[in-house]
Amino acid sequence: MGEMSLDTLSSQYFDVLKELGNIGAGNATTALAQMIGTKVDMSVPQVRLLDFKDVGDMMGGAEQIMAGIYLAVEGDIDGSIMFLLNKKAARHLVDKLMGTGAKPEEENFDEVEMSALKEVGNIITGSYLNSLSMMTNLKMIPSIPYVAIDMAAAILSVPAIQFGMMGDKILLIETQFFDELKLSGYFILLPDMDGYSKILSSLGMGDIKL
Amino acid sequence: MSQIIKVGMADLNICVSPDGITTLGLGSCVGIAVRDPVTKIGGLAHIMLPDSTEIKNNSNIPKFADTGIEELIKRIVAKGAARSRLVAKIAGGAQMFAFQSNNQTMRVGDRNVQATLKKLKEMSIPVLAQDTGDSYGRTVIFYPENGNFVIRAVGKPEKII
Repeated sequence: MGEMSLDTLSSQYFDVLKELGNIGAGNATTALAQMIGTKVDMSVPQVRLLDFKDVGDMMGGAEQIMAGIYLAVEGDIDGSIMFLLNKKAARHLVDKLMGTGAKPEEENFDEVEMSALKEVGNIITGSYLNSLSMMTNLKMIPSIPYVAIDMAAAILSVPAIQFGMMGDKILLIETQFFDELKLSGYFILLPDMDGYSKILSSLGMGDIKL
Repeated sequence: MSQIIKVGMADLNICVSPDGITTLGLGSCVGIAVRDPVTKIGGLAHIMLPDSTEIKNNSNIPKFADTGIEELIKRIVAKGAARSRLVAKIAGGAQMFAFQSNNQTMRVGDRNVQATLKKLKEMSIPVLAQDTGDSYGRTVIFYPENGNFVIRAVGKPEKII
């Protein structure tokens, strides 16, 4: 790998990454819709190149309380994938899955509900990664899911630190999803720098130097 | 009118009483608040990683505990604080996800705290208080006026150290 320079990443590469996000999140959204039995829509994916100081604010404010489900990714691609919901949406999702009826939005999650959240994260990030894996022919093996319910910036510090070991910016593929009612959240795929160049070259984007 | 200065991730800044300085949602990162109680000049650094010498691409000074603290002290002293009177308080360094692995990168919160304490000790700056570790995020606000370091976390009462 040559000198890392995210700033020189061309708009062509951005388009390819966006399309990857589109396919991955499309599959994940379908899996989510099947699980909860409602229609779930998604936005056009955003490929973002952020300074660390702006990471906290990317999802409606650094102190917004979110449920974050994190899976480390290994195999041909190293990195991580996250599935984030604001706390209200997570409450809504869990209530729907468990069939317990709507609980108050501010109610905390018990142990069973936390593991339900993990499982949701597991299934839908799994379908995201699977579709990418099939398209690129690269192995991507997720770890077990981890969940945290906390301020957005605190949760995002985890992938940010991983990027911090390699450079001064964070590159991510973000897709927002929502249903007609209360559900809204994000998928964020964060391959490491080697991962980006492997993905791009597996798709015939030539021998790129990121 | 006093104002609150905002510091982002891998960032640092200084402030003079009556202003305060804050950083939102510290996770595994560590917030280092330093002040001179006489001139009431202070500052806050939000570091992400323990050691700049472990990493090749290390030009971003506020990103690391070692270089970030040095720079913070330099700027506070340049503003007119006395180097010998400086005192510190620190917060953050949580482990946000309950990783079972022994992988060093997964335990970065703890390593950030250790590196911060080591650097402050090396520079002979006493650490008056710390609220570190555990598994939750923290928002901090520091007031050089009285040295209060206010810590807010989700679902917990506000505390001042």
